[in-house]
Amino acid sequence: MRVRLHFFALYRDMAGTDATDVELPDGATAAELIGRLRDRGGSLARLPAEPAVAVNLAYAPLDTVLRDGDEVALLPPVAGG
Amino acid sequence: MKSWITRAPLDPAAVLAEVGAAADGAALLFLGIVRDHNDGAAVRGIRYEAYVPMAEAVLREITEEAAARLGTDRLAVVHRTGELEVGEASVAIAVSSPHRAEAFDACRYVIEEIKRRLPVWKQERYADGRSGWVEGVRPPVAGAATPGPRSHDRAGPPDRSAGSHEAVRNGARGAAGAP
Repeated sequence: MRVRLHFFALYRDMAGTDATDVELPDGATAAELIGRLRDRGGSLARLPAEPAVAVNLAYAPLDTVLRDGDEVALLPPVAGG
Repeated sequence: MKSWITRAPLDPAAVLAEVGAAADGAALLFLGIVRDHNDGAAVRGIRYEAYVPMAEAVLREITEEAAARLGTDRLAVVHRTGELEVGEASVAIAVSSPHRAEAFDACRYVIEEIKRRLPVWKQERYADGRSGWVEGVRPPVAGAATPGPRSHDRAGPPDRSAGSHEAVRNGARGAAGAP
């Protein structure tokens, strides 16, 4: 399956892109997605192991099982206002 | 009740004009303003970045929660994105109600929840030419291996139509600083 991954702010600086598609095995969780990113090395290795995640525009726990076509976002600590 | 995210400069009078009724004896307007210093550094401006479709959903949810506390639907909340200079408003919150206590409470609720969970980030531009992301607060999301919504009871991929977005509301309250 394939998910669309979005990076914001500090994490976008680390990734060097604001969005990318990622191929994952069926049944993969958000935590597994993050583990794969960190294993790619480079500046993505500096991603925290447990960043805040949104799946399809809602905050989601890291054990959320992803599905084909999901929009996943890695969210640095927020600083609105 | 109205909430939105915009790149356009805010018009505080227009936001205030969104609320008010003959039954209301109190009307409040709160503005969050870009200030010229932070943590001892001289600040020239701030670039605000949002995850816009999610921020719209979260801001709507915050506004609905505040309306429930307020007892009226007379709230208007807007958050700006893009490049702001010192003195410009990044947030405007207008509230009206029959009595002041509920209005103050609802207004405070909105700004504190914005700081706690709105997916917005800010990059300060300093007088010495440097810039840096402002250290934020972790939004209230359950961590790894924590019981939470499973795949069968969460939203599907966004189709950009309203109605299916629900943020997690539980979890520890983050430390919310003053605007």
